Amino acid sequence: MAAHAQEHKSHTGLIWKVFGILSVITIVEVILGIMKPEALHLTKILGTSPLNIIFLVLTLVKAYYITWFFMHMADESKSLRRAVVWTAVFLIIYLATLLLIEGSYINEVLSPLVKWSY
Amino acid sequence: MEATIASDSTGTSWSGGNNNPLGSSYGKMMMWFFILSDALTFSGFLGAYGLMRFKFIESWPIADEVFTHFPFLHGVHAPMYYVALMTFVLIFSSVTMVLAVDAGHQMKKGKVTFYMFLTIIGGLIFLGSQAWEWKNFIGGSYGAVQLNDGKIVQFVDASGHQIELEKFVVSSHSERTQHTKDKGVWFVSESSLPPFSVEEVMAGFKANPDVSIRLEKIDPATKTKTIVPRAEAMSYLNETKAVVKGANLHVNEYGKTLFADFFFFITGFHGFHVFSGVIINIIIFFNVIIGTYERRGHYEMVEKVGLYWHFVDLVWVFVFTFFYLV
Repeated sequence: MAAHAQEHKSHTGLIWKVFGILSVITIVEVILGIMKPEALHLTKILGTSPLNIIFLVLTLVKAYYITWFFMHMADESKSLRRAVVWTAVFLIIYLATLLLIEGSYINEVLSPLVKWSY
Repeated sequence: MEATIASDSTGTSWSGGNNNPLGSSYGKMMMWFFILSDALTFSGFLGAYGLMRFKFIESWPIADEVFTHFPFLHGVHAPMYYVALMTFVLIFSSVTMVLAVDAGHQMKKGKVTFYMFLTIIGGLIFLGSQAWEWKNFIGGSYGAVQLNDGKIVQFVDASGHQIELEKFVVSSHSERTQHTKDKGVWFVSESSLPPFSVEEVMAGFKANPDVSIRLEKIDPATKTKTIVPRAEAMSYLNETKAVVKGANLHVNEYGKTLFADFFFFITGFHGFHVFSGVIINIIIFFNVIIGTYERRGHYEMVEKVGLYWHFVDLVWVFVFTFFYLV
């Protein structure tokens, strides 16, 4: 049992910094979600509103900070990191793309058949 | 002893030598791959939610109008605030968890104990908040009626704001009571009765000339629900099948039942993860107190449950986005 003498220096400064970043992002999301500025909410870009794009990007930034600094993915070996992250990113994008395209198609077929006047 | 006990986080816990595949201990790598598979499970659920939402894109409920409650602010329209608070609770318990892991690296037992304790408290607060959110959703806020083809029609006042059924419907004290097993045939039961009957709602609607109705259909120009002028409202209300208050797996006063189904299932599955995370944290917390990891010489177990706990937080970030923001 000789090996555990290695020194681990504390990362509390980094942890609080990441907490600050996550908090600021969440506050921005909530403010945008409550205000819903018309220029972002009612216009369209890339098939959805710019507001939705902003929410998605901010969510991914949050996910990055949680994975890299809270789950210490940054300190794992490159091979483990890629085995986990690339697999997840590829499969999730693949699944989401197919399902959302299919959903839009069903909507195209279905919505003209839905009666809204009586 | 050298071969069976890990001496640090990249130690020799794989049997059969000192090689560590991917530079990681056995337990940590397995935790990572469990998290990967669990992440794919959640993606499947959220993907299915996305599919159904795209299918009904022009009539999906608007989250801001569904989750509007805040503790001690009764009747105040407060969208998002409560769920933002829940998000902060979970992020903060993630911070205390990572602080516990950090203290574990420095073999500071007292600090690990303290931060683990805070993490457990944060998890319990989150679970309680989620129960409260469910309670409000199940109980409902305004009440609505359901038409014969399943569509939901809500009631609005002259300014276009939703109003409660109680505001214009008068109860006529009918003799109708809820059917329970002890009152009739034992194999027939029914769920709790809505606050008013269809006839009472109709009478209330006719007696109040300011009230009009609102459809599930979203007007794409303003992204709000379509309001039907009062003159045309009766042609919809003649189709009324039932009065609806609150949401469950069969009917949802806010609109599509699928919205309620996915909400209960996905937040329920996430809540179950939080619950099991709290249980695991409690077990590890007591192990820390009795000095298990002090004797073992490292706190890798705290790190592994930490990974799980952060994952629960990570999933919530996505649930928050897709249920409340987008």
